[in-house]
Amino acid sequence: MRTDDLVTMLATAAGAVQPNQAARRYATAVGWGALGAALLMATLLGVRHDLAAAVLLPMFWVKLAFVASLAAASLFAALRLSRPGLRLAWVPGALTAPVLAIWLLAAVVLTRADAAQRAGLFFGDTWNSCPFLIAMLSAPVFVAVVWAIKGLAPTRLRLAGAAGGLLAGTVGALVYCLHCPELEAPFIGFWYLLGMLIPTAVGALLGPRLLRW
Amino acid sequence: MQRIEEEGRGSAREERLRDLLVRGLAGDAPAYHAFLKELSAHLRAFLRKRLVRLPDEVEDLVQESVLAVHNQRHTYDTDQPLTAWVHAIAKYKLVDLLRRRASRDLLTDPLDDELDVLSFADTEAADARRDLRKLLEQLPDRQRLPIVHMKLEGLSVAETAQLTGMSESAVKVGVHRGLKALAAMIRGSA
Repeated sequence: MRTDDLVTMLATAAGAVQPNQAARRYATAVGWGALGAALLMATLLGVRHDLAAAVLLPMFWVKLAFVASLAAASLFAALRLSRPGLRLAWVPGALTAPVLAIWLLAAVVLTRADAAQRAGLFFGDTWNSCPFLIAMLSAPVFVAVVWAIKGLAPTRLRLAGAAGGLLAGTVGALVYCLHCPELEAPFIGFWYLLGMLIPTAVGALLGPRLLRW
Repeated sequence: MQRIEEEGRGSAREERLRDLLVRGLAGDAPAYHAFLKELSAHLRAFLRKRLVRLPDEVEDLVQESVLAVHNQRHTYDTDQPLTAWVHAIAKYKLVDLLRRRASRDLLTDPLDDELDVLSFADTEAADARRDLRKLLEQLPDRQRLPIVHMKLEGLSVAETAQLTGMSESAVKVGVHRGLKALAAMIRGSA
């Protein structure tokens, strides 16, 4: 088939294309993924029983804001990396700002605390399960986000996989906030971040194979 | 001075092409046809420059890239420079081709030098070596028939549905999935 014939074939009855398909796909993926994560959390872990009291504490909202701003930044990163030729521009800055902010807060908390308390502030009661539970809750989001990226056309597959993985990790962590009893900045700045970075690493690792087109 | 003029021409061409694509995405078929036709010429020049040592691959890759642009046209953000979008797609397909060849050439290395000499023929480079029509014939009926009737014979969705006994939405899905499957077959076969 000559190229001109191919062009004619493709243009014939091509029809109109729905606008904003990337945004729609991500809305669907994050919606279903978050629902899956919430169901997993509710059935396997349970909502923290003192949630009504916890929402009155400022640190509950600081934690939520930290995770939510990372989620928003990784959504922008994934949206851009799943289409050809879009630059990341300000997105790396938006990804690092919340991390630096929580680390700064953690440093302040740790320096002001007694030496004997510092280990408790860092390890909390659940350090050995927190990262893995966040990673587990992110699994349904991960699957949905990979579906969203696959329907678009990423050209930097490893980066796109990492961004999708981070988005899954942050949404998983947001849901985990409803279960998790920890509220100290040193804990959140390390163990939450570690939990969110597990699916990020998985995405970077599998991206080139999962997202090829 | 000359460079400024060239850049001016370049951005005017980018504007016109972008306008054709945007109209095409809104359903203007003649505009979309003009866009793809002009784009294929740009892609040919772009890829020929980057495949100097593989001239016989150029037209195949032009076709593969045109098909990719069509299949992925829903990923174009209308605020985005068209050049950046097109080049990202073409570069992706180029790298994909070179990677495929690199793994294949490991198996056929002894012949490679001679092949390189023989392949220097400009007239042959104008023809695609891979016949997409043959690949089309390998698609399952539910994808092949909608493509043949609608895209090659120019029948409407309703006529195609009547002729094949498929529903209208199945016809549309068949075209869409068939062209994606065609791109996947190219990737697998080359």
